[in-house]
Amino acid sequence: MNLAVARGWSPTLRRPSALPGFGITLGFAVSYLSLIVLLPLAVLVWRAGTLGLDGIWRVATTPRVLAALEVSFVIAALSAVVNAVFGTIVAWVLVRYEFPGKRLLDSAVDLPFALPTAVAGIALAALYAENGWIGALFAPWGIKIAFTPLGIFIALVFIGLPFVVRSVQPVLQDLDHEIEEASATLGASRRQTIVRVILPALTPAVLTGVALAFARAVGEYGSVIFIAGNMPFVSEIAPLLIVTKLEEFDYASASAIATIMLAIAFAVLLAINSIQAFSRRRFGDA
Amino acid sequence: MTVRRRALALAAVSLGLLATIVCAQAQPKDVVLTNVSYDPTRELYRALNDAFAKEWQASTGQKVTIRSSHGGSGRQARAVIDGLEADVVTLALAGDIDAIARESKRLPENWQSRLPHNAAPYTSTIVFVVRKGNPKAIKDWPDLAKSGVSVVTPNPKTSGGARWNYLAAWAYELDRNPGDQAAARKLVEAIYKNVPVLDSGARGSTTTFAQRAVGDVLISWENEAFLILQEFGADKFDIVVPPFSILAEPPVALVDAVVDKRGTRKVAEAYLDFLFTPAAQKIIAKNFYRPSKPEAADPADLARFAKLKLVTVDQAFGGWKKAQAEHFADGAAFDQIYRPSGKAAR
Repeated sequence: MNLAVARGWSPTLRRPSALPGFGITLGFAVSYLSLIVLLPLAVLVWRAGTLGLDGIWRVATTPRVLAALEVSFVIAALSAVVNAVFGTIVAWVLVRYEFPGKRLLDSAVDLPFALPTAVAGIALAALYAENGWIGALFAPWGIKIAFTPLGIFIALVFIGLPFVVRSVQPVLQDLDHEIEEASATLGASRRQTIVRVILPALTPAVLTGVALAFARAVGEYGSVIFIAGNMPFVSEIAPLLIVTKLEEFDYASASAIATIMLAIAFAVLLAINSIQAFSRRRFGDA
Repeated sequence: MTVRRRALALAAVSLGLLATIVCAQAQPKDVVLTNVSYDPTRELYRALNDAFAKEWQASTGQKVTIRSSHGGSGRQARAVIDGLEADVVTLALAGDIDAIARESKRLPENWQSRLPHNAAPYTSTIVFVVRKGNPKAIKDWPDLAKSGVSVVTPNPKTSGGARWNYLAAWAYELDRNPGDQAAARKLVEAIYKNVPVLDSGARGSTTTFAQRAVGDVLISWENEAFLILQEFGADKFDIVVPPFSILAEPPVALVDAVVDKRGTRKVAEAYLDFLFTPAAQKIIAKNFYRPSKPEAADPADLARFAKLKLVTVDQAFGGWKKAQAEHFADGAAFDQIYRPSGKAAR
């Protein structure tokens, strides 16, 4: 079938394009994605499938699992939103201003990518524990950061930041100054220019960053377990519960929780993509 | 064509590699054993492996290298089930080796009766590590359940050591009120109510307690407690040995399917037998484990171990299989401690 497409046999399936090689690249893309992404996911669902649909439902709706899912998804969403705001500001500074040490700052953004997450988790726990530099500042007010849900939040903000910055940065770079100047000559205030001209153009990129940061945060394990405290019903994340099930040799339940996480994450990402598509249509391609 | 030439070159290189591997295997001299062990035995097995390699070379002329892999006991067992080729396993508890026998069939179910002393060349027990001067005056298990005392112990679902901690507390109460499971459950629940952080492994809890300054008392392996004092300074922590605790018997076993496939049965068996020899027992005592044959150990090393009443899992719980099912299986006693309220129950 791929061959047929390659020879241009089904013109109805695609819009005419001046670029050759559609069929072969599509065929490659589909097989590659199947092999690298879909096949492992299929195995996961198949493993969970040994429980049957009602079995998966039973595992997923136990209070402990529900609590862990809530912790994982709510904190991941919060951290993604916070990263959207502050990541955009960081990107703005890095694109729009010149200052000494800019290159250094720019590379520092990628560090959460590069660091093994367990190392990040241990460093964060050391910093935010009650005897750590930052934790000690908050301890007198009775605020505990490490080993509480707040600690999870901090770890997730840390690992999610580069996704937003790196998504927004190139778009901001390509944004024409002329548009802003035009907006100013047409009588818009600075604020109006930001809210009505710049932000709409950035929205799809910010959403991409949020989606990536969120997806990463939901699945994050390494950095979180060191700072979370891992108390059931309080600071236990769903990935930890999966690992716990695996240690009990209960592969089916582990796969069931994973499948549920996959379904929720997929739904959320789909929703973000739809908003993105909507804002693209509305404000034009960015 | 360059592609063909490259392919030829590649083929030549892989052939060469293959030849090297085949040659290496054909040479009967060197042998490599893989020992899959648990977390705190790093130092112990480093010493034991060196001693065994020397002895084996002296008696057979064969050079043996032992690779040790360390990690949480449950995780290590899972790795072996999933296909990690371990010639021998030396894990934290019989339950984990039972799981390998049950899930992978790579060794017979009666593995524990194939070696002396329940296949445990060394034992250990569970003790408390407290901050210097013992400010909360912790002496015995009920002290851990008092309000205002913060206890650090890992999650028994993921840590073998933590299962011993949990069972030690339970066995203590059973010993005081023979047969009263409800009282035991109450004590254990009260202790876990005082736990602010559930790390996934024993080393994680040690870090939380010693470096993050969380908690008043760490429930710990005895050998790990000695290591903490050695590592972080005896001026910061004290070891408190309760009058009653559990006799932890970390067992060792041959993985039959692997040694037969790799042809290493003879040397692997010798390695396990070696652990019970006087030479090995001496090393064991030196590394803060209680030797199963104390008469072979240095009396000075033995003097470091406090005398206390010890009970085995068999005596208090009727064996690991039963303890595992009643306490750590999904929805069993440990899971029941944690209820949706966000706090430990009752």
